[in-house]
Amino acid sequence: MKLLTHNLLSSHVPGISRRFPLLLQATEVKVSKVDFNQEFISRMIPKVEWSALVEAATSIGHGDDLPKELSPEYESNTELLQKVHHVLLEVEVVEGALQCPESGREFPITKGIPNMLLNEDEV
Amino acid sequence: MASRTGRPEHRAPPDVFYNEQEARKYTQNSRMIGIQTQMSERAVELLNLPENQPCFLLDVGCGSGLSGDYLTEEGHYWVGLDISIAMLDIALEREVEGDLILGDMGQGVPFRPGTFDGCISISALQWLCNADKKSHSPPKRLYKFFSSLYASLARGGRAVFQMYPENSEQLELITAQAMKAGFTGGMVVDYPNSTKAKKFFLCLFAGVSDSLPKVTSSIYFHHLSPFGHPSDVKDAMMRHRNMKGKSAKKSRDWILEKKERRRRQGRTVRDDTKYTGRKRKNHF
Repeated sequence: MKLLTHNLLSSHVPGISRRFPLLLQATEVKVSKVDFNQEFISRMIPKVEWSALVEAATSIGHGDDLPKELSPEYESNTELLQKVHHVLLEVEVVEGALQCPESGREFPITKGIPNMLLNEDEV
Repeated sequence: MASRTGRPEHRAPPDVFYNEQEARKYTQNSRMIGIQTQMSERAVELLNLPENQPCFLLDVGCGSGLSGDYLTEEGHYWVGLDISIAMLDIALEREVEGDLILGDMGQGVPFRPGTFDGCISISALQWLCNADKKSHSPPKRLYKFFSSLYASLARGGRAVFQMYPENSEQLELITAQAMKAGFTGGMVVDYPNSTKAKKFFLCLFAGVSDSLPKVTSSIYFHHLSPFGHPSDVKDAMMRHRNMKGKSAKKSRDWILEKKERRRRQGRTVRDDTKYTGRKRKNHF
């Protein structure tokens, strides 16, 4: 699971109010090469919760290159965009878990696929 | 296919039906791959995305990622949601570009509001119309799915579902829940006069009630019924059967109608001109 997906996921456990961000725990992380697409990254940045991204990246040891605050002129800063690209699309969590911020429900990640299935009694 | 083997959704729940053996077909059967890719192409065409812009899309019921491959080819980024582990394993094996999530669409789409530029789904929606467990209620699950999808789409985003509706009641059930969730839209039927090639695409728009999908190829396109009322969809299905008011055989009108009919079947037909169906001179 890429960190971009983690940043956009929200818990769908019924009856809670705080659904985001899901707490990320990783036991295995992989870095793969993805082609850099500047237009896509700058289009996605407004959708990304910056603080949650920095926090998630730091927790798995890939957050060193990211600034704590995002400068508003990110679109012209190719170097920054490349760093964001690396964190959003190239760093992948292979094994680990996601935890709902309010209910504490855990969603395991196996082979890079988060299991978001709820049990029958939770629906 | 449906008549020969029965509808797959009547045989077992999706997570059981798409086992390793069934999933394997999606990498080996070239006919299946061909059809899936073709339908994905058409679904993306109906999404009407801005040209030359990389978009972030959701693929509901992504399965082995055949539709996702087409999205990648078109330069888009995607996330796939599926309930079958076996199918997702195949997707991993095929090294698809998109991220995969194991989830049940009937439990809602677990994404933050405004995440996706669009959503496609190939042959998945009909699975939601069945109650596979005691606790399942199809209308509720459909509503849960549509309302969470509506929220996760960016304003003006579209969702296109290729599906095989079983009957008009099922279509009504689906469209009614989609409307309840706030969607507007309509049904596109490709090749309505051909039993084999007929394809249904449910096109839903979130937010802005935009114009209906732009038609890029007139041969494909036949019927679009905006659903002001759910029964309109039924009407649209019935309309073709009711073309009983016929013109006299061999008259110009009859010829034009026949040509139109064959055009709808996707056959090559000469253009209509002033010479079409014109009476020839008597030479003797």
